[in-house]
Amino acid sequence: MDKPGKSVILILAILLIVAIITNTAIGSTSISPDVTARILVAEIFEGMIDITGKIFPSVTANMQANGYYPVEKTWTNSQEVIIRDIRLPRVLLAVLVGAALSTAGCAMQGLLKNPMADPYIIGMSSGAALGASLGFVMLLPVQLLSFVGAVITIFVVYNISKIGGKVPVDTLLLSGIAVGSLLAAITSLIIFISHSPHQIIFWLMGGLWTASWDKVKITSVMIIFGVLILYRYAWNLNVMLLGEEQAQYLGLDIEKVKRYVLVLSALVTAAAVSVSGIIGFVGLIIPHIMRIIVGPDHRILFPASTLMGAVFLVLCDTFSRTILDSVELPVGIVTAMFGAPFFIYLLRKRRQSLYA
Amino acid sequence: MLEIRDLSAGYGHRHVLEQISLKASEGEVVGVIGPNGSGKTTLLKTITKVLEPISGTVLIDGTNVDEMQSKEIAKKVAVVSQVISINFEFTVEDIVLMGRTPYIKGSETVEDINIVKDAMEKTNTLFLKDRLITQLSGGELQRVIIARAFAQDPKVLLLDEPTSHLDITNQIDILNLVKHASRKGMVVVAVIHDLNLAAYYCDKICLLQDGKLISVGTPDQVLTPQNIERAFNIPVEVIPNEITNSLYVIPVLEPLHDTLH
Ligand SMILES: Nc1ncnc2c1ncn2[C@@H]1O[C@H](COP(=O)(O)OP(=O)(O)OP(=O)(O)O)[C@@H](O)[C@H]1O
Ligand SMILES: [Mg+2]
Repeated sequence: MDKPGKSVILILAILLIVAIITNTAIGSTSISPDVTARILVAEIFEGMIDITGKIFPSVTANMQANGYYPVEKTWTNSQEVIIRDIRLPRVLLAVLVGAALSTAGCAMQGLLKNPMADPYIIGMSSGAALGASLGFVMLLPVQLLSFVGAVITIFVVYNISKIGGKVPVDTLLLSGIAVGSLLAAITSLIIFISHSPHQIIFWLMGGLWTASWDKVKITSVMIIFGVLILYRYAWNLNVMLLGEEQAQYLGLDIEKVKRYVLVLSALVTAAAVSVSGIIGFVGLIIPHIMRIIVGPDHRILFPASTLMGAVFLVLCDTFSRTILDSVELPVGIVTAMFGAPFFIYLLRKRRQSLYA
Repeated sequence: MLEIRDLSAGYGHRHVLEQISLKASEGEVVGVIGPNGSGKTTLLKTITKVLEPISGTVLIDGTNVDEMQSKEIAKKVAVVSQVISINFEFTVEDIVLMGRTPYIKGSETVEDINIVKDAMEKTNTLFLKDRLITQLSGGELQRVIIARAFAQDPKVLLLDEPTSHLDITNQIDILNLVKHASRKGMVVVAVIHDLNLAAYYCDKICLLQDGKLISVGTPDQVLTPQNIERAFNIPVEVIPNEITNSLYVIPVLEPLHDTLH
């Protein structure tokens, strides 16, 4: 990795930390960023004491007895509760979902060599939507069903596209679109005959208002591991961009790369969608924007997309929960309303084909 | 050593190569000639198993490629393709580093970087190192792709018209380079359209026509007027080229008079 790439990653990482703190501070009850940061540091410290307490109980007991505490408590309990139990899980969930969608979109664009590709392209969103709809009408766990729906869909699409042990990329795309349309039609049917279609429609627009620490915990494991393992395919994806034949001459088992990258992208996307609904645009434009800035090398493009996706969704989510007094906007509306014009601007400014 | 035995291949139901047998040893430059569509590129694809053969075997140093992982094949055989277009803005150095793909575990080592540098020096592309691959001339790109092949550190180098985009100086530079590599112990098989360059540089020539090997041997044995007329369907004269001590193939054409009527 070269120097400019590293500095972009560093800048984005700092940006993300700043975004987490400031956006946790923003909300209907005003709490200053300074106090927010102090509460966050105290929380992190307490968390660490908890962990060390389990490993070295005596050390921790000693510290507590001596009243050792790194941050002076200058805030009220209710402020602490708002930050810790309401805003922080929500911001962290936005970080996770944004990172997951953007990284998976980047992987799909590289793998399919298609500028239209996003994490949903081969029918995953339709599968998740159908699962969620079934969950709503049958009063089953929506999160679980949407996750399962997405995973089953990608499995079906992959196997439909398989011809003699190979999965041609264009067949994958087309069968994804076909299966996706079928599932979308079934979802529409469910909405049409359902007594309370609003829940489903809201879910389809995408939002993070159901954020909780439980959701953060469940998805973080899958998203963090999935994204980190995807990073290991960065070089292989670079080589795949030369074309499948060239990649084979360079010793790549291209079918294996496709299979792993698809499965990993599907898992992180399904994890994200299951807690947030269908948030569009993040996984499409963030990788494109980062490609314009850092180039096509996935060794830099992957982490850059991950970080930028997280920052972008945190900002959009804050906007969506604060812009109107009484209600929240679905964040999917906000991502498209901000993302699309900015993307058009970049396309025009570049005046050159964005992609092969 | 590269040994091909009774190799047949094709696309779908279409048979393109029929029963090709061929041996190429270290130190030898083997030229493959033949008209467009005769199966030269298909032959190179089948050797590396990118195209599965219908029947026959390919042995590299005695090992059947069927028993080798694609990574192992790529460590032994490098291919410089006929048509290359790269639309992504990688630097030249990154593209050459991709030649190290079969060796790289995790990230590249100092050794990888040195091999890449060496390959770029040999092919006179080091000065292009930080340029974008999308912004090179056809000849520069061809040299970079050859550098990438050298970076694979192969035993066998397969070249599909490696000089098609090069000017006369670069043609000779690249063919000298390839010849040198073969003298150092590489097996080189090159598809060459220019019969005179083939006559000069190749130790052995195979003439393909319609997927069949119709003649194999030294340039003197293969480049006869009869063989060339049979394969290419045009009358030629072959005269000794005393300047280079090889052959000179001249198509027999009517002298052109007044084309400006
Ligand atoms: N992918 C393919 N699918 C079907 N037929 C093909 C394919 N590639 C090549 N062919 C056919 O196989 C035959 C041999 O093609 P090949 O590319 O090996 O010829 P070649 O000798 O390299 O020709 P040229 O000198 O033009 O490069 C041709 O008739 C061609 O039309
Ligand atoms: Mg050819």
